[in-house]
Amino acid sequence: MAGSSWLPRWFYQLASPRWCYDITGKLLPGFLIAAILLLIAGVVWALAFAPPDYQQGNSFRIMYLHVPSAILAQSCYMLMAVAGAVGLIWKIKVADMVAYACAPIGASIAVMALATGAIWGKPTWGSWWVWDARLTSMLILLFLYMGVMALYAAMENESMAAKAASVLSLVGLVNIPIIKYSVEWWNTLHQPATFTLTEKPSMPVEMWLPLLVMVVGFYCFFSVSLMLRLRNEIIRRERRSGWVRELIASK
Amino acid sequence: MQFETMSEFITMDGHGLYVWLSYGIGVSIIIGNLVLPLFKRKELMQSLARRLRRENNTQ
Repeated sequence: MAGSSWLPRWFYQLASPRWCYDITGKLLPGFLIAAILLLIAGVVWALAFAPPDYQQGNSFRIMYLHVPSAILAQSCYMLMAVAGAVGLIWKIKVADMVAYACAPIGASIAVMALATGAIWGKPTWGSWWVWDARLTSMLILLFLYMGVMALYAAMENESMAAKAASVLSLVGLVNIPIIKYSVEWWNTLHQPATFTLTEKPSMPVEMWLPLLVMVVGFYCFFSVSLMLRLRNEIIRRERRSGWVRELIASK
Repeated sequence: MQFETMSEFITMDGHGLYVWLSYGIGVSIIIGNLVLPLFKRKELMQSLARRLRRENNTQ
């Protein structure tokens, strides 16, 4: 990449599978410890110590899983699409691997958001599912993840599969603002955003602080899971290179 | 602590089934997302090690 110096050096370092493998190996333990501590503290706090909602009673404790999983499912999608775009534009293999690793995690987190939402809906709205804008757009997010996974599974050629999956995830990106604004654009049963960056939360601090802990814990958990999958994928695709052979031989 | 007794904590004023079902699903998805990649890594390393041994033997 000599001559083109408008991109910083770390950008090209990121493009090296070996460098990525090493740096994620160093980052993993810290993120794992943070994820375990935050999630355990958050779950105990949410279940036993947060005050019950004056309208919904104790069923509102589901929010502490529902909101973080819904936020993470969308962030994960954006990361997948951006990584896919980077892979398309700069032909960076590691970016393709990140996008590939994002898909199954995002799909399972979207399932979590939908399942906890359905279970919460039953005592709150009296129904497991309604074809409401927010719920439907979230279901489409799950289908997009499944489509991306299906494309990877269907194509033998890795770079072709990455190209097709990246294009699909970029097209599907239009769904993210639809999810976000669905509660404003259409009349819906779903309540508006719990957290916004610009306003103070409408909940008391003893309710939103555990939620914040859970959201940060979910992001740490996601980083750990992503790094684990990414490292597997790096080893699988780089299996013929010298450093991976040495790594395997040394085990 | 919001609950006086253990049974109150489990029943959650009638919402126990919903709350515990949600947390069961949530926790299993989180644990699955950490354990599955670890199993896959073990499998991958073993199969690549076998391949490497085979290649070394044929040389």
